[in-house]
Amino acid sequence: MRSGLIAQKLGMTRVFTDDGEHVSVTVLKIDDCQVVDVRTPEKNGYAAVQVGAGTAKVKNVTKPMRGHYARSKVGPKRKLAEFRVSEDAMLNVGDELTADHFVTGQMVDIAGTSIGKGFAGGMKRHNFRGLEATHGVSISHRSHGSTGNSQDPGKVFKGKKMAGHMGAERVTVQNLSIIRTDVDQGLILVRGSVPGHKGCWVEISDAVKASLPEDVPFPAGVRGGSEPAAEEEPAEIIAEEAVAEDAPADSPDAAEDNDEKKE
Amino acid sequence: MNVIEQIEKGEIERLVAERPVPEFAPGDTVRVHYKVVEGARERVQVYEGVVIARTAKALNSSFTVRKISYGEGVERVFPLYSPRIEKIEVVRRGAVRRAKLYYLRSRRGKSARIAEKVDRRFAAATVGKDASPATAAEAVEMQDEAMEQAAHAEEETETTDAEATEATAEDNSEDKRDS
Repeated sequence: MRSGLIAQKLGMTRVFTDDGEHVSVTVLKIDDCQVVDVRTPEKNGYAAVQVGAGTAKVKNVTKPMRGHYARSKVGPKRKLAEFRVSEDAMLNVGDELTADHFVTGQMVDIAGTSIGKGFAGGMKRHNFRGLEATHGVSISHRSHGSTGNSQDPGKVFKGKKMAGHMGAERVTVQNLSIIRTDVDQGLILVRGSVPGHKGCWVEISDAVKASLPEDVPFPAGVRGGSEPAAEEEPAEIIAEEAVAEDAPADSPDAAEDNDEKKE
Repeated sequence: MNVIEQIEKGEIERLVAERPVPEFAPGDTVRVHYKVVEGARERVQVYEGVVIARTAKALNSSFTVRKISYGEGVERVFPLYSPRIEKIEVVRRGAVRRAKLYYLRSRRGKSARIAEKVDRRFAAATVGKDASPATAAEAVEMQDEAMEQAAHAEEETETTDAEATEATAEDNSEDKRDS
């Protein structure tokens, strides 16, 4: 079981395949996706990697989290998520995951927070059919019907579908196929739609209900890894890491400065 | 430019490199060579008619072609950059004053004609002659130099039988739309 990636949803567009077919795709951006922490069976009782993505301003990161990032020597992240991995797919802290972690044609599951709909009626929320447009129905055309029986149960059963809050919850869409990946720009194009609004963070992982293609990088598509494409990149990585080291190192000082000012 | 626009631009460049898009506007008569799959076989169908609308939405651009097929008006919307289109030929340029020629839907026969566009600069150069049809035709030819008519004869034959099958299929679709 491999780690997943955290990506940012940029929006949707279309591409044409070689046989002229049109495919609606969602564009996902892999932005500075690094392993921030690991969970090991010895220490935590299970194997997982904590992955972070994006770049947060140091001033917006709480002090405990600054310490967390400083310990793992990565820059502050905007989004963190944990992915369960098998023990042989364990990664090192600081590894940067890239878009070629997934290969074209592979199936993935994508989880995100769906767009909030607020307080929604039964028709929108549970696909109720509403009441008749005519035949004496007044005012309540979009209402739900009966909520149960009479005095016999004397109550509405728990779990009865009714109007209420809809959306803004975690949703996983299974078996979306990868149409294209672009390592340089950090883009993944996925067929179909993905939960959440533009700019939201989603978690991409290998599909649980589809077999993994053989040519996927194992344990992960890591920048500067075994791939021959990464010739210049190691230098950049070092530079980035240096920056990453600097940032957390600075941050406690900055925090102290603030404290002093307050005093 | 945001990333989505960049992707679309790249995609357009890739598709245009494979199949150039000629310059055409509403009112022009075009022949669209469209690849259709019948079972396992793929063949090219030619659809000729007047462009009554174009939408310019980058990669999602499309154009609507209207023709009268067996006395029934047929409209078809083609994605401009679709790789399914093998070729777009401009047959005739039309002089119109609207971007969307939806008024043609309510017209038939004589009133549904569109005057041919005359390039005035070109016409002025050849003063005195009855230049208009010749020059317009030439103008079209100049535009279409890239698109050759080598395979013209073969297509001509195919057009007829393509037309026949297509007409039945599309008449049906037209009926549905009407109802």
